[in-house]
Amino acid sequence: MHTSPAVVVDEHAHDNPALLHHFSDERQQKNAASLGMWIFLATEVMFFGGMFCAYLVYRHWYFGDFSAASQTIAILPGAINTAILICSSLTVVLAVRAAQLNRRSQLVFWLLSTIVLGLVFLGIKGYEYHDKFVEHHVPGLNFSFVEALPGHVGAMANPHHAEIFFSLYFALTGMHALHMIIGVGLFSFLAFEAWRGRYTSNYYTPVENSGLYWHFVDIIWIYLFPLIYLIDRHK
Amino acid sequence: MANHATTQHPTEHISTVGSSVTIWLILLMCTGLTAWVAFIDLGPLNTVVALGIATFKATLVVLFFMHVKYTNEKLTPLVIVSALFFLGLLLSLSMADFATRLWH
Repeated sequence: MHTSPAVVVDEHAHDNPALLHHFSDERQQKNAASLGMWIFLATEVMFFGGMFCAYLVYRHWYFGDFSAASQTIAILPGAINTAILICSSLTVVLAVRAAQLNRRSQLVFWLLSTIVLGLVFLGIKGYEYHDKFVEHHVPGLNFSFVEALPGHVGAMANPHHAEIFFSLYFALTGMHALHMIIGVGLFSFLAFEAWRGRYTSNYYTPVENSGLYWHFVDIIWIYLFPLIYLIDRHK
Repeated sequence: MANHATTQHPTEHISTVGSSVTIWLILLMCTGLTAWVAFIDLGPLNTVVALGIATFKATLVVLFFMHVKYTNEKLTPLVIVSALFFLGLLLSLSMADFATRLWH
């Protein structure tokens, strides 16, 4: 085949069919894909950063009312969800490892485990949202908030300011949940493709980059958990 | 064929099950710790401790689960540091404005 120069279009093709001709080797190709993913995640940091900034500003302004609102949120479902996301990050790490080691059935298993954990997270989140509806803590929908102001005997929290807390609560956790839904979709696609034998130790970039996305969404929750559930608990 | 020497299999880091499980256990313990310490009144330090533990957890995830500790791409840490720098700029300059202006 190599005796006829006209036929040789890609001289690396015999090594790894996944290697594109404009990269000099596999490592360069993988690093380029990974770097692109990291730059996307940097834009995601700025996207969530805007909402975190709004939370910071309003919390600074309406400190007591935010404490009163934060204290009405049950801590247990949030803690369980934090643990579930950490477990799902482990299953993602094990999925990437299975791909690197060419273990197809293990890869499918860990991808499916990640999907299940993601769905359990969303289920618990839905249960928490249900509670907010029952308690009339959904902004713009029969919103009512009658709670004492922490640290001020006899004073009541301003319901308008509490409503801003719940708006930010739904914006932040809702955007996070949307990212989780997208993640579950991504991993469903990965699981199907992995089951078909698409990913090998020579080519598993989609598994690795989707894994980076999943870990990033986990990190967002790692910050949401203390900011929404924990930091006003002691008052 | 001239490039054959450069197309060897990439030396990718493969994390061991043991180290991943260790990081996972530390992350779970930190979650328990932060939930427990939230009920102890430390005054303004509650927020500092909660965000400190969160940052420790996030660092573990980035370094070990996202393989940044083992990456051979030098630009990845640069992207992360840039993202954090501009996030810090967004938060600090916004707060410098809102915290010092007499709007209320």
